[in-house]
Amino acid sequence: MSDATAPMHAIAMADEGLGHGWRVVARKEFADHLRSIRFLVLAAILAIVTAATVVAAAGGIRSVASQAMGIPGIFLRLLTLESPPVPFPFIFVLMNFLGPFLGIAFGFDAISSEKSAGTLPRLLAQPIHRDEVIIGKFVAGLSIIGMMLIATTIFITGLGMFRLGLSPTAGEIGRLFVWVVVAIIYVGFWLALSILLSTRAGVATSILASLGLWLVLIFFGSFIFSAAANLVAPSDDAVAVAKAEILLSRISPAVLFSEASTVLLDPTQRTVDLVTVEQADRAILSNLTLNQSLSVVWPQVVGLVAITTVLFGFAFVSFMRQEIRA
Amino acid sequence: MSAPTILTRRLTKQYGETKVVNTLDLRTSAGEVFGLLGPNGAGKTTTILMLLGMVEPTSGDIEVLGLDPARNPLAVKSRVGYLPDAVGFYPDLTGRENLRFTAELNRLSRTEADRRIDSLLVDVGLVDSGDRPVGVYSRGMKQRLGIADALIKRPEILILDEPTTAIDPEGVAEILGLIRRLAKDEGVTILLSSHLLHQVQAVCDRVAIFVKGRVVAQGAPHELATDSKGPEEVEISVGADEADVRAALANQKFLRSLKPGRLPRSYLIEVEHGSTNKLVSSLVEAGLPLTSVRRLSEDLDEVYRRYFHAEEATASV
Repeated sequence: MSDATAPMHAIAMADEGLGHGWRVVARKEFADHLRSIRFLVLAAILAIVTAATVVAAAGGIRSVASQAMGIPGIFLRLLTLESPPVPFPFIFVLMNFLGPFLGIAFGFDAISSEKSAGTLPRLLAQPIHRDEVIIGKFVAGLSIIGMMLIATTIFITGLGMFRLGLSPTAGEIGRLFVWVVVAIIYVGFWLALSILLSTRAGVATSILASLGLWLVLIFFGSFIFSAAANLVAPSDDAVAVAKAEILLSRISPAVLFSEASTVLLDPTQRTVDLVTVEQADRAILSNLTLNQSLSVVWPQVVGLVAITTVLFGFAFVSFMRQEIRA
Repeated sequence: MSAPTILTRRLTKQYGETKVVNTLDLRTSAGEVFGLLGPNGAGKTTTILMLLGMVEPTSGDIEVLGLDPARNPLAVKSRVGYLPDAVGFYPDLTGRENLRFTAELNRLSRTEADRRIDSLLVDVGLVDSGDRPVGVYSRGMKQRLGIADALIKRPEILILDEPTTAIDPEGVAEILGLIRRLAKDEGVTILLSSHLLHQVQAVCDRVAIFVKGRVVAQGAPHELATDSKGPEEVEISVGADEADVRAALANQKFLRSLKPGRLPRSYLIEVEHGSTNKLVSSLVEAGLPLTSVRRLSEDLDEVYRRYFHAEEATASV
C-alpha cells in the first residue's frame, strides 16, 4: 500500500541518531544468511563451478607451458581462459550466472518475507529508523556476497598454485584484489535490484521478476543493443554502428563488469574500445601497471558503483514511502 | 487527575474520501486499562499506528507521554510496547532469539536482556518452548511470545491489538490477568483493541466503542451496558412449548413481546426496563423448567449492536 503522505519525517535521520539499529539488523541478517540452506547451496555451486573452470584453465595453460611462461599476468588467465572440457571461463560464468544468482538469492525476500511473516510491523515499532532496516539488509547481503567472492578468489589462487606450480606475483595479487572489489559491486547491483523488487512484490513475484530481468539483460541484451545501435547510427558505416553498440551496451552492468574484468585481469589490454586493424598494427606491445589498467576502466567502475547506488536508492525510497500495516 | 499518557484531539485519518478515523478524542492515564472496541475495519489499528508514529494523521493532535509521535517516533517507540494484530516472528529463530533481537534493538545489554527474557517467558507461560524455533509454535504461543516481546523494553504504555484472538479460553484468562497486574502493580497504561467484547469487558477500566472511525460511546463497561432506559431483551431456554410460556406470562404488564429464539424451546422476550427478575420469577412460579436465562442488553455485545444500528440510522438520514 502506498501513500503520498507517508512518513517523510522518517527520512530525516539526523535528529535521533542513526547508527545503532542498522548494525543490529545487519548482524542478525548476516547470521541468518550464514545459517541458511540457501547459503550452503550457493557456496557448494560456487565451489564446484570455480573448481571446474579453473582446473580446466590450468590444464590449458600447462599444455602450452613452454610458450606460456613469458606471458605477463599468466596466473590471472585462470579466471579468463576457457579450455576443454569446460566451455566457459570462470569470469564468464560469474558474470552471467553466478553473480546474478548470488545477488538475487540474498535479496529477493529481504522485505517481502518480513511482510509475509508479519514481522515488519513489530520491527518498525522498535526504536529504530525505517531506513536502518533496509540499509542493514543491504549491508548484510553485500557482506555475505563479499565474503563468498573473496573466499572464491583465495580458492582460485590456491588451486592455481597447486595446478600450475607457480605463485602469483605481487602485481597479480594486487589485480585480483581490485578485481574482486569490482565483482562485489557488480553482484551488489543484482542484490539492490532484487531488494527493490522485494519492497513492492511478494516473495514469489519478486524472485520471478528478478529472474526475468536477468534473462532479458544477459541473454537478449546484446540483441537489444545492436538493434538500438542500428537505429541511431548510419547503417552504411559498420564502424559507426559497432561504436554505437559498444556505447549503448554500457548501460548494462554486465557489460561494464566484463570490460572492467578484461582490463584488470590482463596487463596487456590497453583499451575497452573498438580497435581497428590499422590502430592495432602500429601499436607497440607493452604491459600496463595496475594503476594504468584501473584508469582505463575507471569509467566502468564508477558506472557500476553509480548504477548499484541508484538502484539501492530506488529501493530505499520505495520502502520509505510505503505504509506498513499489520 | 494525573497527566494523560495518551491524548488525542480531533484525530482524523483520511484515505481518499474515506475517513478511517474521524475526530477521535481519547485520554488515558497511568495504570488504566483502556479498551478500543469495534468490528474489523472500524479504524482501531489505524488509530494504534498513528499513536506509534507509523501512520501520519491527516489532521488533529496526538500526545503520547507528552511527545508527538510524528516528530519523535524513536522516543515514543522506546517507551511504548506494541503487539500487532497477527504478530509474526522469524520462524527459524527460537523464541528466545527472537526476543533477544528485540532487546538488542532497544539497546538492552546482553545480560540484562537474558534476565528479562527469562522472567517474561515465565510470565507468559512459555518457559518450556523458549528454545524451540518459532516455526513450530501454535498461533496462541506466538501471541504469548508477542506479549513478552512488547514487554521487553519495560514500556510505560502497552498497546495490544487483538491480544486474545487465537488463544484458548484458559490462556485468555491468564493473559488478561497479566494485563491487569501490569496496570495495577506497575502503573503501565494499557490500550487494547478487540472485537471480542465480553472478554475485554472484564479487564477494561474504560472502553470506547468504535464504529466506522467514530467513537460512539465511551465509559466504564457497566455504565455503557446499562445506560439505556429502553426495554430489556432476554433470551430464555425452557422445557416448555410456546403456548405454556405465553400462558405463564398472560397477565403480566411488563411483557412487551415474545418470539421463538434461535434454538428449539428458546424464546426472545422483551420486557420493560428493570423487569427481567420479575419475568424469571413468573416463569418459576408457573412451574416451568428454566434451563438458561441470558440478558442480552447486559452484554457489551448488545450495547455495541445497538450503537451500530443507531449509527447506521443516522448515516441514512
